[in-house]
Amino acid sequence: MIRDITLGQYYPGRSVIHRLDARTKIIATFLYIIELFLVNNFRGFLIAAAALFAVIACSRVPLKFIFRGLSAVFLIIAFTFVINLFMVDGRVLWHWKFLTISYEGLSRAFFMAVRLVLLIIGSSIMTLTTKPVELTDGMEKLLKPLSKIGVPSHEIALMMTIALRFIPTLMEETDKIIKAQQARGADFESGNIVQRAKSLIPILIPLFVSSFRIAQDLAMAMEARCYHGGDGRTRMNEIKFHRGDSVAALLLIAFLGVIILSRQL
Amino acid sequence: MSIKVRNLRYVYNAGMPGETVALDDVSFDVPDGIVLGVIGHTGSGKSTLLQHLNGLLKPESGEIYIDGECITDGKARMTEMRRRVGLVFQYPEYQLFEETVSKDVAFGPKNLGLDEEETEKRVRMAIELVGLDYDEIKDKSPFDLSGGMKRRVAIAGVIAMEPKVLILDEPTAGLDPSAHRDILSMIRRIHDEMGIILIFVSHNMGDVASMSDRVLVMSGGRIVLDGSPEEVFSHAEELDEMGLALPPARQIMMDIAGRVPGLKSDALTIEEAASDIRGFIR
Repeated sequence: MIRDITLGQYYPGRSVIHRLDARTKIIATFLYIIELFLVNNFRGFLIAAAALFAVIACSRVPLKFIFRGLSAVFLIIAFTFVINLFMVDGRVLWHWKFLTISYEGLSRAFFMAVRLVLLIIGSSIMTLTTKPVELTDGMEKLLKPLSKIGVPSHEIALMMTIALRFIPTLMEETDKIIKAQQARGADFESGNIVQRAKSLIPILIPLFVSSFRIAQDLAMAMEARCYHGGDGRTRMNEIKFHRGDSVAALLLIAFLGVIILSRQL
Repeated sequence: MSIKVRNLRYVYNAGMPGETVALDDVSFDVPDGIVLGVIGHTGSGKSTLLQHLNGLLKPESGEIYIDGECITDGKARMTEMRRRVGLVFQYPEYQLFEETVSKDVAFGPKNLGLDEEETEKRVRMAIELVGLDYDEIKDKSPFDLSGGMKRRVAIAGVIAMEPKVLILDEPTAGLDPSAHRDILSMIRRIHDEMGIILIFVSHNMGDVASMSDRVLVMSGGRIVLDGSPEEVFSHAEELDEMGLALPPARQIMMDIAGRVPGLKSDALTIEEAASDIRGFIR
């Protein structure tokens, strides 16, 4: 069940998108998210979706894989949709007791849902095509100028690397603990909400204990290899911009122009 | 109580990158009351197989019958299955969570819906069967115990459910020699006193040879050898190709027999080897 969450996962490949510099992809993703908020009509979303699908096609990540990640956040999308549907006033389409759906509400609900879906797919494309290590390296490089004003860019990047690195480990650990407690007859699927919350205790406590153990081992292993912070550290693979990145940059600027033009003033 | 497994097949990450066939056409029978040792290289499918036996994993195809009852047709009641088949995972001490040892061991019986009195009786029985003093340990926190003791408590947690089949996945992994010995003799005692089927996975060929009535050898998701320890360990070359070894006593006796003419030995344990040598010298 836990294995179905593909959010933040890497899909191995050697496509054009995979080979782009991580910094390019981070900037592109941020830009894309900002652009999604610039868009104020469905025509704009159509363009944004087309661009996104072009990128997906280039990345050769199967659509099935991307949508599986979306199913994990389906609840959030549905929640936003329903809230917008009932909360916006306007021309009444349908009315029942205290529930009212207006024309504006319906359009707003769809608008928000589309925005959320594009947002999630857009950012998952970045994580699907970039190795976590490259991603955090890119992040560190991008934040480097800020270290002059006291932003600990290396530490932030390291924290992100560790967090990403341990998602699969902790999931495996959770899976193991769930199975071990199930083997002792634990039941996580039935009962009311209080009973279900209580049934999580046998999972959470061992998981908590395990994470501390893992963290301690990691700290020890890092110290044993003389880790002493980011100063003076060199890397095996220096990241560099290539020609593909310049092409990507040009395409991004063009795309930004199109999105701004598509706005209804 | 008997176990019958037919044509079991299981695939990890089906339809995704990294698809792997973990079990492929696995069939075997386990008669009542025996000790079955399972050996195989890491990733050979041992753990996957064990998790099928109490319904934690569902096979892609194939059937498992526990005591003549099919547990893979989707109709089987899983709590009932888990009551009959107890599974102790690798490093079971990491599943402990309660404030006191007795509460932790009682987790299984409570899930079975047993009353207070019966639960307490079983907790006492289980803790004593794993070789710990119930009155001394029951109110201690499981997190304050030593590694070997934690593992005993975790095993007691499964025994308290009084399973008819007890499965142990590498019960001695990561223990020092004396804890290793204690756990093995404890397992023997549990098997003899409860009269159950015992299935255990181990990488220690000496343990497998001395403990098992029968040995299954897995490789690449298949069962490649199945027989008595004498039969299985007579396939020295095949085992070597699979990255498995012979029991140390057998290995040494083969080496000695190659140099000393007239000495014949098919000893599997140190004791057998010793008596063979003694016989030869006389």
